[in-house]
Amino acid sequence: MHGYANPTRFLSLASWLTPLLLASGALLAAGALYWGLFEVPPDRLMGETVRILYVHVPSVWLGMGGWTAIALSSLAFLVWRHPLAAIAARASALPGMVFTATGLATGSIWGRPTWGAWWVWDGRLTSMLVLLFLYAGYIALAQAAARDGASSRIPAIFGLVGAVNIPIINRSVVWWNSLHQPPSITMGKSAIDAEFLVPLLVGTLGFSLLFGGVVLARMRALIADYQAEARLRRRAMEAH
Amino acid sequence: MSLIKPKHQRLVLVALALVALVGAALMAAWALRNQASYFYLPSQMVADPPQPGQAVRLGGMVETGSLRTLADGVTISFVVGDDKGARVPVRYSGITPDLFVEGSGVVAEGSLGADGTFVAESLLAKHDENYVPRELQEMDEHQAAKMAEETTVGLE
Repeated sequence: MHGYANPTRFLSLASWLTPLLLASGALLAAGALYWGLFEVPPDRLMGETVRILYVHVPSVWLGMGGWTAIALSSLAFLVWRHPLAAIAARASALPGMVFTATGLATGSIWGRPTWGAWWVWDGRLTSMLVLLFLYAGYIALAQAAARDGASSRIPAIFGLVGAVNIPIINRSVVWWNSLHQPPSITMGKSAIDAEFLVPLLVGTLGFSLLFGGVVLARMRALIADYQAEARLRRRAMEAH
Repeated sequence: MSLIKPKHQRLVLVALALVALVGAALMAAWALRNQASYFYLPSQMVADPPQPGQAVRLGGMVETGSLRTLADGVTISFVVGDDKGARVPVRYSGITPDLFVEGSGVVAEGSLGADGTFVAESLLAKHDENYVPRELQEMDEHQAAKMAEETTVGLE
């Protein structure tokens, strides 16, 4: 594992892993979306609106997954001081925020016909909105730290502290009475019929692979940025 | 020379900070357990009734066979119950959401009247965690349980 903290070795791994993840993820996600949007039968109560499931669930899963990646990378950065860990955390933030926003938007569109309300302030929805704001704060902080040459330790601490929200989102529908439904898929059990469940799992896997590919591509871009800047600085030193 | 490497020291420090943080968050969540709930269950409302006229939400299952349309044609009445056996009668005038049916979950916003009837100003339908295709809804419970078993094979 520590071997891949070496940027050269990471870059040679990422150069073939990135297109592989992006292609397989796009293929699986597109297939599952077609399956979910056109092939799956309507739900007994919700009818056709059940199809939002296939965008909503992968989105919120990756919204939470993105912050988990930030937290784990931040932990690795704080303890082992690998610069690559800080880059991984920074690269996960924007895709995570996009998926969180998509999850909130699709949830709202789903809530109107199902519950009869676009938005309610129950535990699940509120904690998910807090996650969106945490992402915005993290991105601003990480960008400011990178621009001003400040230590990446400040965004790393923020990333670790913000991780407290993840188990709260997960447990919110169990701890508190909420309008949002309780979890459908728990350890080894599913309250979702197989006809709905299989495309959902395929889609979640596909979007997750896509997410991994985007994060790797962003890490490569950030590393290239740092390298270009270091080279410029070296030239400026030589010119003196 | 110190026996503890700096990175191990940092690991212990971060671990301790995380334990303290998670502990604080759990205590905050526990303290919020009533305030953060979106609605009262019927048993909570029966045990500790809110002031008449105070705006609250009531959530539970619409009792099967309790839904009635009153004489004016726009007001409906039904009973909201929970698994503890508590029952609260509800009255509502207006359009109901599509998913509002007997035996399904509902969240009513309104206030408790002096006669013990909950007067709702708006209704929200609560979807449960079950997703079932239309053609399977006619199955009886035994078939449904068998189906669910088949669905979860391989997930354990």
